Amino acid sequence: MSKKVAFLQGNEAAAHGALYAGCNFFAGYPITPSTEVSEVLSAELPKTGGKFLQMEDEIAAMAAILGASLTGAKVLTSTSGPGLSLKQELIGYGCIAEIPCVVYNVMRGGPSTGMPTGPSQSDVMCAKWGTHGDHPAICLVPASVQETYDEVIRAFNLSEKYRTPVMVMPDEIVAHMRERIVFPEPGEVAVTPRKTPTVPPEQYKPYDTSFGDVPPLAAFGSGYKFHVTGLNKMADGFPTTKADIVQAEEERQVRKVDANIDDIVTFEEYLLDDADVVVVAYGSTSRSARYAVNVAREQGIKAGMFRIKTFWPFPDKQIKALAGKVKGIVIPEMNLGMCSLELERCAQGKVPVLGIFRVDGEPINPDQILAKIKEVK
Amino acid sequence: MAFDYDKWLRPGKLPHIWCPGCGHGIVMKGLIRAMETLQLKKEETAVVSGIGCASRLPGYIDCCTLHTAHGRAAAFATGVKMAKPEMNVILVGGDGDGTAIGGNHFIHACRRNIDMTYIIMNNYIYGMTGGQFSPCTPTGHKASTTPYGNPDPGFDIAKLAIGAGATFVARGTAFHANQIDKLIVEAIQHKGFSVVEILDDCPTTYGRRNKYKSVIEMMNRLKEVAVPVKAAEKMTAEQLQGKVLTGVLYKEVKPEYIEEYAKVIERAKAAK
Repeated sequence: MSKKVAFLQGNEAAAHGALYAGCNFFAGYPITPSTEVSEVLSAELPKTGGKFLQMEDEIAAMAAILGASLTGAKVLTSTSGPGLSLKQELIGYGCIAEIPCVVYNVMRGGPSTGMPTGPSQSDVMCAKWGTHGDHPAICLVPASVQETYDEVIRAFNLSEKYRTPVMVMPDEIVAHMRERIVFPEPGEVAVTPRKTPTVPPEQYKPYDTSFGDVPPLAAFGSGYKFHVTGLNKMADGFPTTKADIVQAEEERQVRKVDANIDDIVTFEEYLLDDADVVVVAYGSTSRSARYAVNVAREQGIKAGMFRIKTFWPFPDKQIKALAGKVKGIVIPEMNLGMCSLELERCAQGKVPVLGIFRVDGEPINPDQILAKIKEVK
Repeated sequence: MAFDYDKWLRPGKLPHIWCPGCGHGIVMKGLIRAMETLQLKKEETAVVSGIGCASRLPGYIDCCTLHTAHGRAAAFATGVKMAKPEMNVILVGGDGDGTAIGGNHFIHACRRNIDMTYIIMNNYIYGMTGGQFSPCTPTGHKASTTPYGNPDPGFDIAKLAIGAGATFVARGTAFHANQIDKLIVEAIQHKGFSVVEILDDCPTTYGRRNKYKSVIEMMNRLKEVAVPVKAAEKMTAEQLQGKVLTGVLYKEVKPEYIEEYAKVIERAKAAK
């Protein structure tokens, strides 16, 4: 049987990926350039009894999905730059209270209102450092329509597996371009269920680490009653200021991601085996980078590409290894140097990191990247 | 036989954080009596709050409890109730939490008319942060950030709720303790978004700055200003000067949001 094929926009693919992953609750607020996610889900969710809410603001949308997730729902919100800024406090709430949810953020120009219809990659630092306090961060950066679909499913899975908010951040080009997409059959792609308690309600503690770094999460209304707060908490969910407990809990929350980097981090290596120059790229910029690498190869330059698919946690190990092998790293990105900071950190001065930074609302073209590749001596 | 409050309280979580003389405990007891009267199931009841002294209430109640971020109780609660409509959802919080930082969520919760009950403890002040003026602090009164008297006009929470579309609005006071549970019972029984404002006192951060010599004096003020709606009907405008109406102030039957959304689901399924 041939698979179902469609010609979709990145945002539409994201909505369908969410449905495949079992999303049954969406809350959002209209914002360019991510509104198509809302439009598709407002039509699709009620067909299967799911709930679509357009809330009074971005903060409310984030709050509503967290509340719904606590009842066991699989939840999504979608937004863009200014909305991401507004949601940050409650993204932190999701991190400390350990509530699975997916935040889909289309990167447009900024700061503030910036360029609502222009592409950008300037929210990648916001994905990790936007909310205050130490916390785990997972952020996926798809580069095609198919990958947006696939990565939204993976985001739901990671969110349930690690009991933490996960972000999917296509740039506006990926979100709005149209490409062929092949839908997986039901059951073809694994969907991770939430780990729920096996102990009886009277023994249940929502942050009981005897079950590991990711304790089971009961649903409100399923016979379990427990307390959830944004304060530093103990195993039973109640607030504490006891130094040893707070320290241990903060470290555990971050360790959920840090100890599982190899399970979370994904990337693509393109023509890297013999490469002298590596272009590190992500999102739509990687499409220009691939073209530039191909042209460089035709011209006898040993160029390759390392494509970041998981921006957070950052692929430290892979970049460190590359820095020991190549003569230079080229980083094209639609911001004034964000990924490049991480690359410099990982390269530890061993090789130069050459940036191409555009924030004018235009994509980075292959010629720019090729010229930079040639600067590497 | 004395009423058994312990049945509804989480073991080991008292004493509460509230100061001596604070009325929040009176409101909590009223809520507990209401839940007992209605025989709510603890596992099927969510108590949701924001941030502040009043918002610490859920931690003491033996139900599904959600202490959210400042002002966001109504938005979190909307998610809980929409995702699990069979749950009873009760919101609690203070005046600053509900009408300042949470003001937008409050008016839109009133407008949507989702079947939930919001108990607002109005003590005219931000207590937890040390007594800054709130949107409910009377004009001219002193707070830690209005040392020369408050220049801001205040909100009338009940009028705000009615104007925004809440379909049941009541007001009581911490002095009229025996009325609180009756108002909450009626609010929970009402189909739609119900708001119960309880005029409360904060002797620690409000009373001492505004020449109240004691908690008793603050409680007496609540007793003096409160006029039941029925009694007010027989009073002149002059007699009502400076008074606050108490009891059920507003009630109407309007389509409830979850029932309306069920129709959306039916239409979507038919359109497949």
